[in-house]
Amino acid sequence: MDLNTLWFILIAVLFTGFFFLEGFDYGVGVLMPFLGKNDAERRAVISTIGPFWDGNEVWLLTAGGAIFAAFPNWYATMFSGFYLALLLVLVGLIIRAVGFEFRNRDEREGWRKTWDWAIFAGSLLPAFLWGVAIANLMEGVPIDAKMNYVGGFWNLLNPYALLGGVTFLALFVLHGAIFLSLKTENELQERAFKIAGRVWGPTVLLVLAFVVFGYMATDIFGRLGVNPGVAPVGAAAALLASGWFIRARRSGWAFTMTGLTIALATVTIFSGLFPRVMISSLNPDYSLTVYNASSSQYTLGVMSWVAITFVPVVLGYQAWNYWVFRKRVSVHHSGGHI
Amino acid sequence: MDALDLARWQFGITTVYHFFFVPLTLGLSLLVAVMETLYVRTDNPVYKRMTQFWGRLFLINFAMGVATGIVQEFQFGMNWSEYSRFVGDIFGAPLAIEALLAFFLESTFLGIWIFGWEKLGKRLHCVVMWLVVLGSNISAFWILVANSFMQEPGGFVIRNGRAEMTDFSALLTNPNLWVQFPHVIMGGLATAAFFILGISAFNLLRKKDDASRDFYLKSAQIGLIAGIIGSVLVAMTGHTQAQHMVATQPMKMAAAEALWNNEDPASFSIFTIGNEKNRDDVFAIRIPDLLSVLSYNQFGGQVKGINDLQAEYVAKYGPGDYVPPVWITYWSFRGMVGAGVLMIVLALYGLFLLWKGKLADRRRYLILLPFAIALPYIANTAGWIMTEIGRQPWVVQGLMKTEAGVSTTVGTGAVLISLIVFTLLYGVLAVADVVLMLKFSKVPTEPTLAGGEDDAKLLVSAY
Repeated sequence: MDLNTLWFILIAVLFTGFFFLEGFDYGVGVLMPFLGKNDAERRAVISTIGPFWDGNEVWLLTAGGAIFAAFPNWYATMFSGFYLALLLVLVGLIIRAVGFEFRNRDEREGWRKTWDWAIFAGSLLPAFLWGVAIANLMEGVPIDAKMNYVGGFWNLLNPYALLGGVTFLALFVLHGAIFLSLKTENELQERAFKIAGRVWGPTVLLVLAFVVFGYMATDIFGRLGVNPGVAPVGAAAALLASGWFIRARRSGWAFTMTGLTIALATVTIFSGLFPRVMISSLNPDYSLTVYNASSSQYTLGVMSWVAITFVPVVLGYQAWNYWVFRKRVSVHHSGGHI
Repeated sequence: MDALDLARWQFGITTVYHFFFVPLTLGLSLLVAVMETLYVRTDNPVYKRMTQFWGRLFLINFAMGVATGIVQEFQFGMNWSEYSRFVGDIFGAPLAIEALLAFFLESTFLGIWIFGWEKLGKRLHCVVMWLVVLGSNISAFWILVANSFMQEPGGFVIRNGRAEMTDFSALLTNPNLWVQFPHVIMGGLATAAFFILGISAFNLLRKKDDASRDFYLKSAQIGLIAGIIGSVLVAMTGHTQAQHMVATQPMKMAAAEALWNNEDPASFSIFTIGNEKNRDDVFAIRIPDLLSVLSYNQFGGQVKGINDLQAEYVAKYGPGDYVPPVWITYWSFRGMVGAGVLMIVLALYGLFLLWKGKLADRRRYLILLPFAIALPYIANTAGWIMTEIGRQPWVVQGLMKTEAGVSTTVGTGAVLISLIVFTLLYGVLAVADVVLMLKFSKVPTEPTLAGGEDDAKLLVSAY
């Protein structure tokens, strides 16, 4: 395996981690106003992701940095091409981050409502837009011979991309609802189970539609062939199983299953893309690949050593974080002390 | 205005705004860790309350730093895609390493710190804060590795139509990095010191009970010690940095001094009103010889002037204007140095009062301190404006011009929209930030010092 492939895999891993982890905290953010009937409950809901969401978001920042370092042309084309969409993502991430930190620092109702709204919108918008972005990457976008995106903003909001957005959103909401059922107790937990049960059906239908239309709109699934392999089959099976575990009220297992769905679906999409990183809809020769978009072998080599040394350390302390805060959050005793 | 101008404005606004929060994060994380260490060492509950009081202000500030920092990582690709293509082979690496080494460390352990007061032992909780400090400093280091490449590129070769890295260690041994990094870190320490001093002074003025007097006096002591270390060292490292600049970026120094022509010995400008078109002085007060002394630690020595450098660069790089906007460079330099000098004076005088045991009683001095919080912010902002504007027209010194780095496919309308959105959003956030900072600078500390239940009353939960 060459270094270009290694870095493609690493970036796929970072996105897998990002969707798995930030997926549930996007979901929790979207569900917060519906699930929390009063301020104490909303607080408890936010506390379930309190110690984690910031660390989860770093998976995205690291993925962005890794794309810049390993595939500068991919970084340049995608970030300038998806300009306004990314602006919306950034606005979402900013108001969400500030919302989490600021909402509880004042008791006034208007203040809290404003930031609750920011958390809700700031979770919904990126969750939806990542789906839009990924669907566009799968379909291909107009890229010219000079690796420049020439499509404008509205081009990104085509029907398949919108379906992708809604599908991602649904999947993250389901993932988040199950996470809440895992981390809360009593009435909140009941409601979380209920919502998970309700969201599960539509999510399955959306994922099904995303795959079926994917055969027409993209070559990602077509390339998988007759025997699609472990990842997509596993993703589908896990999604179905999650419904069963929700009904059996086994939140740990249900969470594992939606996590598997997200992870394996990401793996499926990335392996369907490979070796391309951005497909040109104008001419296949214009597509960005792990070879024509990459950094030099020297840079990839240096970065590989850095990654091999430090990724295990990061995984280690992130795991410790989840271990420290493994207990459920109760409405009466939620939150940190500062 | 075209897309290039708008992209410049956007980068300036988002970056300057982001850097309002960064130095305080750098310095205050360290001082909060020091306070918590004092608590662990002495078991004195005052230090615990101090850790939590200043820690809360730290968190409010940190949230803004993180939120505005996300934009920084994305906008090189969004607005400066040609730049990203040309130097991505080198420039991307430190950004990725920063995320992997620093962002994870900072965010994960800060989450543990906020929520871990009851879950971790005292010592372990303190160690967690030190890891946050480590994370913020590593972050500063790697972003300055990236910036130093822009000031003083090295360890690369032009190949395949772009700059490719040939020597990673050259990024880390870049001389500019080692004069810039200490300067930024000390700037952060000074910022936090004056922040603590200003708020402590404000509360000493309005609180009369012994407990809060003790609390804010102890805080002010920590602030003063940090303030004297920070403001003196930031000046010394800044001096080293300026000498380095004379050697490696002479045009920046010439502009910062409004030195139009070569001089030997060179004079130092106290006050200049210049004519940028004609490149001469309208009115100037200069101290003879001083610039040479400052530049080389000796009497005499040629310092190059703007006109001579311009001629030199035309010969070297071809026709073009190689002069940065002089008045911005000149006045930002003076803003930075002026604020720095005031900080040293204030810190020294405060130390004198502390030594005399009169710090809490000298009202006129205490009244000044809350306003002095602005000084490091002026210095930090002016310093970066000088560093970046003084490098123009280059985005990477001698290698790539800023105008060549802008995204070719992003239209004026798109940049205008994002510029408006960021400006409005940042404006609203600034208001919220200031509201909270003011509020939590005044939250009373409980007069009883026994630990336990009063903590719950004193502290407002984060979530």
